[in-house]
Amino acid sequence: MFLNSFSVFLTLFFISLLGMFLNQKNILIMLMSLEMLFLSISFNLIYSSFYLDDIAGQIFSLLILTVAAAESSIGLAILVVYYRVRHNITVEFMNLMKG
Amino acid sequence: MYLLVIFLPLFSSISLGFFGRWIGFYGGSFISVLCLLLSFIFSILIFFEVSLNGHIVYLNTFNWIISDNINISWNFLFDNLTTSMLLIVTFISLIVHIYSLDYMKLDPHFQRFNSFLSIFTFFMLILVTSGNLLQLFFGWEGVGLASYLLINFWFTRLAANKAALKALIVNRIGDLGVLFAILLLLQIFEGTLDFSTIFVLIPLSNSYLITLFSYDLHYLSLISFFLIIGAIGKSAQLGLHTWLPDAMEGPTPVSALIHAATMVTAGVFLIIRFSPLIEFSSFMLNFLTLIGAFTAFFAAFTGIFQHDIKKVIAYSTCSQLGYMIFCCGLSHYNISLFHLFNHAFFKALLFLSAGSVIHSINDEQDMRRMGSLILFLPITYSLMLIGSLALTGFPFLSGFYSKDIILEITNLFRNHNLPSIFGILACWLGILAAFFTSFYSFRLIYLTFLNNINKTRISTKTIFESSGLTILTLSLLAICSIFVGYLFKEFFLGLGIDCWINTIFIWPENYFFLESEFLDTGLKWLPFIFTLFGFCLATLLNLSTFKFINFIRFANPFFFLINKKWFFDFIFNKVFVYPLLTFGYLISYKNLDKGFIELSGPFGLSILIKKISNFIIVLQTGQITHYIFYLFVSLFFILNFFVLMTTNIFNLIIIFFMAIFYII
Repeated sequence: MFLNSFSVFLTLFFISLLGMFLNQKNILIMLMSLEMLFLSISFNLIYSSFYLDDIAGQIFSLLILTVAAAESSIGLAILVVYYRVRHNITVEFMNLMKG
Repeated sequence: MYLLVIFLPLFSSISLGFFGRWIGFYGGSFISVLCLLLSFIFSILIFFEVSLNGHIVYLNTFNWIISDNINISWNFLFDNLTTSMLLIVTFISLIVHIYSLDYMKLDPHFQRFNSFLSIFTFFMLILVTSGNLLQLFFGWEGVGLASYLLINFWFTRLAANKAALKALIVNRIGDLGVLFAILLLLQIFEGTLDFSTIFVLIPLSNSYLITLFSYDLHYLSLISFFLIIGAIGKSAQLGLHTWLPDAMEGPTPVSALIHAATMVTAGVFLIIRFSPLIEFSSFMLNFLTLIGAFTAFFAAFTGIFQHDIKKVIAYSTCSQLGYMIFCCGLSHYNISLFHLFNHAFFKALLFLSAGSVIHSINDEQDMRRMGSLILFLPITYSLMLIGSLALTGFPFLSGFYSKDIILEITNLFRNHNLPSIFGILACWLGILAAFFTSFYSFRLIYLTFLNNINKTRISTKTIFESSGLTILTLSLLAICSIFVGYLFKEFFLGLGIDCWINTIFIWPENYFFLESEFLDTGLKWLPFIFTLFGFCLATLLNLSTFKFINFIRFANPFFFLINKKWFFDFIFNKVFVYPLLTFGYLISYKNLDKGFIELSGPFGLSILIKKISNFIIVLQTGQITHYIFYLFVSLFFILNFFVLMTTNIFNLIIIFFMAIFYII
């Protein structure tokens, strides 16, 4: 079966990855893609735990959810601070750290 | 006494060189003349003990090099060859020292000059007394160095600097030959260079061959070839003779020392010393004959058209050395040594009287601006006439005894049907050289002393006869050049004399000394007739009003060619010197040293690192998305490393990335 659960996870994962790469403008969309990455991974973990009949995957999934929540809050906080200083959140202009 | 004769000149040189400023003119001249006088007296005593009484002295002082089986020590060998050379070197050196007291008395660097003269003598004595080849090489190089210092004595003159450099560098080519000979001898005799050991063992190694690219080379021929190269360089034979006429830039006593007794005779001495080796290679003997004969002829021919009084005598030296060398090539080493012995006296006499002439007429060297000096300098004239007559081989003067017998030996090769065709060549070239020798000697006498004067009336007032000291030294030399040939004839050439059995080896098949004594009388007269003919021609051209020269004006380009020394210097410069200099600048300096090696070394590497680092810097754009891209690509490769490593595609990817890397 082509559309099994792993392929769903992989599709979601790569969509979110490409969303991070190809997005040049908006940092909010990048954060959202990051959340989607976490979601796809935790989905994969839950599915594997069912598939393998093991509880560890679900525990990891729960932990990842909390980490993702904390991380997104910190990320949004940084975003706010950044916006306060620069008055925009365009990714293209975030190139002050050139080599 | 034996070591003192060598080290007294060194003492003189050191004391004059380092402390000359405090010793002063009189102290310096006293020390140097005293040292050389003692050295000369000791060498007479050594001559008496070694040569006349037949006690060969061998002094082994201390070790120089000990490494595995190489064992070379400082040892001094006094045999007949050494002592006769000692006698010449110390005597001529003493005479030159005394002469330069007067000649150089107005020079501010008199102490330096005498110091150089003494160090020259010291090195020459080391050269002739050494018991092994390496020590001989020490003296050999030292003589070259001292000649550089002496020719360059007036170091503010550009011509002197260039002549000295030329002398040193051209000599160095010959020195390379001696060095190769040393290395080959070290190889074949496994670590010894002592003459006593080598010469005993040489017959055993006659059949040794060295195989090079499937060619078999005779070992002893190879060694003799390199020794002959050395002799060609030092004795100014054809090919490497160009330094000798230029060496006239030094003061006249230097020319007398270099050309009469010491430096140029070192090459002949080397050949005579190595007679037990060279005798085993008939091919190299023929080569020696060829070189010597052409040198004798060429130099005598060139000497005719020179106008510088010193250069005429320099070319006559070159010519006489050619005689000695081809006589060695015909295996009659003792005759060669005898000619060397006599030649030292009359050549020193010629040079020093030429110096006296030059000194008395305000340092004018061009013979065309002299003339009638017989009225002003009668004593110098008579002394120079004695020197010239001895040089041309006038009967019963010293040149006669040695030069005529050399030509008799060559005549023998023409008379009998002997194997060497080179002997015939040497005969004709030698006789022609004798003709030219007499021609230019008497041309010199006529132009300098007998013809009408070519100086201004004012300048004739200042002509003065040289001082008593000069006349004394010249007279001593004149007495020697008259009597030495007669006195030493039996010692060098006596029939069945056993002087040379221990030092000179002549392959019995090559020994024709006895036959030369019983040559046809007509052939014996031949050299003298040619000499007389040369004298008559010189007289005809100079004394008569018969303008012979007008009839041969068509040959002027030819005379020009000879006056310019056959364009040897020109051709050498065009063929060797300038191409080598350009090669050194363009190829080895600009393309290799500063080009390729710099590019692959420090210069190119720094540029490469700069490029790579610039590329890596450009990678960091500051854009977060690029960083995420790198992150994931590298994560992909790391995670899949083991999977990809088993497939060839990974290598292709690496090559792809490296290609991109280079393009950027």
